Amino acid sequence: MWVAALLLVTLLGTGLVFLSPDRYAGKLAAAVSAVPALGSIYMYWVYLTQYGGTGNALLSPADIAFGQQIPWITLGELEVSYYVGLDGISMPLLVLTTVLTTLAIVSAWTPIDERQSQFYGLMLFMEVSLIGVFSALDFFLWFVFWEGVLIPMYLLIGVWGGPRRKYAAIKFFVYTNVASLIMFAGLFALVFSTDLTSLSLPAMAEAFRTASGLPTIAGVNLMTISFILMFFGFAVKVPVFPLHTWLPDAHVEAPTPVSVMLAGVLLKMGTYALLRFNFTMLADTARQLAVPLAIIGVVSVIYGAMLALAQRDLKRIVAYSSISSMGYVILGLVAFTPYGMGGATFQMIAHGLISGLMFMCVGVIYNTTHTRMVGDMSGLADRMPWTVGIFVAAAFGYMGLPLMAGFAGEYFIFQGSFNAPTLGGAAPVLTSLAMFGIVIVAGYLLWAMQRTLFGGFNLETDYEVSPAAFHDVAPLAVLLLLVIALGVAPDLSFAMIQDSISPVLEIGGGA
Amino acid sequence: MVALPDWMALAPALSLALASLVLLLADSVDPDTTNTGLLTGISVLGSLLSFGFAGWFITAGTGMADSTGVALFNNQIVVDQMALFFMAIVGSVTTLVVLASYDYVAEHSYQAEFFALVLLSATGMSLLSAANSLATAFVALELVSLPSYALVAFLKENKGSVEAGLKYFLIGAVSSAVLAYGISLVYAATGVLRFDGVATAISSGTVQTIVDGSVQAQAGDPAVPMAILGVGILMIIGGVAFKTASVPFHFWAPEAYEGAPAPISAFLSSASKAAGFVLAFRAFAVAFPIGDLLAAGGAINWVMAFQILAIATMFIGNFAAATQETVKRMLAYSSVGHAGYVLIGLAAVSGSGEGLSLSMSAGMSHLLVYGFMNTGAFLFIALAEYWGVGRRFEDYNGLGKEAPVACAAMTVFLFSLAGLPIGGGFFSKFYLFQATLNVSAWSLAAALIINSALSLFYYSRVVKAMWIEEPTGSRTIESYPMGLYTAVVGAAIVTVLLLPGFNRVSEIAFQAAQLL
Repeated sequence: MWVAALLLVTLLGTGLVFLSPDRYAGKLAAAVSAVPALGSIYMYWVYLTQYGGTGNALLSPADIAFGQQIPWITLGELEVSYYVGLDGISMPLLVLTTVLTTLAIVSAWTPIDERQSQFYGLMLFMEVSLIGVFSALDFFLWFVFWEGVLIPMYLLIGVWGGPRRKYAAIKFFVYTNVASLIMFAGLFALVFSTDLTSLSLPAMAEAFRTASGLPTIAGVNLMTISFILMFFGFAVKVPVFPLHTWLPDAHVEAPTPVSVMLAGVLLKMGTYALLRFNFTMLADTARQLAVPLAIIGVVSVIYGAMLALAQRDLKRIVAYSSISSMGYVILGLVAFTPYGMGGATFQMIAHGLISGLMFMCVGVIYNTTHTRMVGDMSGLADRMPWTVGIFVAAAFGYMGLPLMAGFAGEYFIFQGSFNAPTLGGAAPVLTSLAMFGIVIVAGYLLWAMQRTLFGGFNLETDYEVSPAAFHDVAPLAVLLLLVIALGVAPDLSFAMIQDSISPVLEIGGGA
Repeated sequence: MVALPDWMALAPALSLALASLVLLLADSVDPDTTNTGLLTGISVLGSLLSFGFAGWFITAGTGMADSTGVALFNNQIVVDQMALFFMAIVGSVTTLVVLASYDYVAEHSYQAEFFALVLLSATGMSLLSAANSLATAFVALELVSLPSYALVAFLKENKGSVEAGLKYFLIGAVSSAVLAYGISLVYAATGVLRFDGVATAISSGTVQTIVDGSVQAQAGDPAVPMAILGVGILMIIGGVAFKTASVPFHFWAPEAYEGAPAPISAFLSSASKAAGFVLAFRAFAVAFPIGDLLAAGGAINWVMAFQILAIATMFIGNFAAATQETVKRMLAYSSVGHAGYVLIGLAAVSGSGEGLSLSMSAGMSHLLVYGFMNTGAFLFIALAEYWGVGRRFEDYNGLGKEAPVACAAMTVFLFSLAGLPIGGGFFSKFYLFQATLNVSAWSLAAALIINSALSLFYYSRVVKAMWIEEPTGSRTIESYPMGLYTAVVGAAIVTVLLLPGFNRVSEIAFQAAQLL
């Protein structure tokens, strides 16, 4: 009921905002999105206090929190239902989505000045879809929401984006849609060879885990082929090297609030799906392929960081560093250890908060300076003390300063992957290589901050620079507080994540 | 509950026929009438009644008591669930089309004729859904075709329209001839025209005859000449391919759809296509059961033929659509592509005929969803033509700012046509996909996936033009025509509702297909 209420309220709000006059759309959208945000925080609190120690939604359906199932469609022998529910993995992601959407909407008040009602309507529509992605437990329902995220994102980039927005929007759309189809084909090859009668995710997990006698194509087991197709499909979303090229374009062209959602939540859809499908349903195959997958992750870490090092545009720097950070998540997932997988999930939340915060900071600076080029400005610290202060704090969070969420996430991952049995002898080597990524991150962030924020004031674009408005800085402060809170007390979400991860580790005799 | 007389089973077709007669009557009373409202009212009433009757009979389970359906006129016509399913498609599409025509024909003369022709053609489609013999089917098919030739050429001052009408007529005449020849060969080989009789002849291997309405072996038990039968079936496939705008007889479609008034394009590409498919489904499922046909010496493997046609149609339609410069022509080719998807209904079948009811019901469901989303898309074109917006993609630039509601509806149609889960098109395509995997027809499944991916590219061009691009020239939209708007928005609402409500459609379709 709770999830349905969240979806319904947000959907109704979406309609309301679409119909509202442009002048009020922003405020109304913020008010509307506050409802699911508060609702999900309440759910989080209920979960934290009452559902402690529950299992994984896919592996032990009895433990699903806030579950609801209603039969929907029967296609031949396949039963499809409206089936939603949460566990320790999806719960934090749900709150991340709702909170970040509200903050992103508030941060859009300043930069978005045309067709507001459509902009905020689409933001809310995207929120509906995202809530659905993280709470759906039936494949079809999940897929409806999964694709439902693309349409508003495509339009948000395409209509309100920068100069090359059309190219960026279509590239994003084509990349992610082709990826969806490949994933779809891979998954259904398995579905139809295992006599499934229900498309609920728990049923699929059960069927894939116990599947035997699958056909082989050219000597390769169908399970492996499907795993690779699905990994490919989700990896585009993450994105990992070499499927990342849509990301910088989309980020640079997207308006800042949209970048916040893209980096903060949409990328997590990819890793969330990887965790649910590839690493839970096809855990055995994931273990077998752990080393090559870890290499992909580590290459993403290093390559993304190197690319970030080469950028002059602040937004591009943050965009490329996202590729780097998401590489850690892949490394953590393949480790199949409590800290590795748990850390990877925690890193999704941490990175969602920190990268959202970074993009917002860049956005607030851009709103005043109208440039994002590192060489075009310096000495902003005196003029915008609050914004710059938070920017610096966020950057240190990104570099992994202890007592901030980024440190916890990365530390868990490294601890989990250093001795990962799935990686064997390669584990220490790969982990050390990945750690080197942090050094590069520190390199480019410190360089960028030193050039832009400190030193004597100079601005090539000649705009008047004054402190940002309260409603611009407030979302930054809220996010920074969350980052610090999770850094000081990771167990606020790490405990429930671990509870839900441990069943994944147990299947196949791991842990 | 009052038991209706048997002939009432034809009520969906009769109400269309009656409405067309009333229209002609109104025209003869006042030949110069320009009372578009009255004419539209009669047409909408007739087609809505048709849809209503079909829907009522489906829910009431007409023809389900004895699994053969309600047989009329010595079994020449059988009203069963499948017939009703297609009658409902025809009724709904016709309603949308005549409603939209209210604004479209307002400035033209011969309005009563226009509406009467649409309804006559729809009557033919409705009858075709229930035809149970090759003769009835042929007559019904001609009733569908002849008015539509005239309708395509309706804008007789417009060269494009007249040219399209002529081309359509010539190709249509040839294909009718081919079909008639095919039917005569089948008759020569089997001795009967009734679908069940043909099936008996094939399974028993002897020529049949009909005595007092029942099928019997002809005296002396002459054997069915399989080669002649095979040629006949092949020609019937050709006739079906024409009517459904499938490869290799698809090339009339882009011309006709582009030249015709846009509501007529909608009508032809949705309802007329559905009518062609109901003939195909019924003839091949009932009259030429593949298992018996192959067992009897393999006159022709029509499943193989449809597999080739389906794949060729999907690829040719979609690739051609991707290279078009005008929106209407793109939709025309995409409609060819969709014919390819529906052909899966007859192609995803195993050699012994297994999987036929699943694949056919998938094809039927897709046709129903397609009836709304494709009609809606063409009606949006009609709206654009009404506003004087140009024909190219660029001419649609920035339309979303001026007409957000209509453009939102168009976005729904396009994404649903592409198979994104925003409308019923997603499930119906998935259903087809499932049907292909059910019989391990990998090539069909791959073609379906590849073409769906491709189609998103060209459909999204329109979306991009409407919402993202800036308008190039100055353009003012002065009026928001009520009839067109109602039809477009209504179709969009139904398209979206078919996403949660698809279960009902697929259930009915599956039941109908199983009863055959």
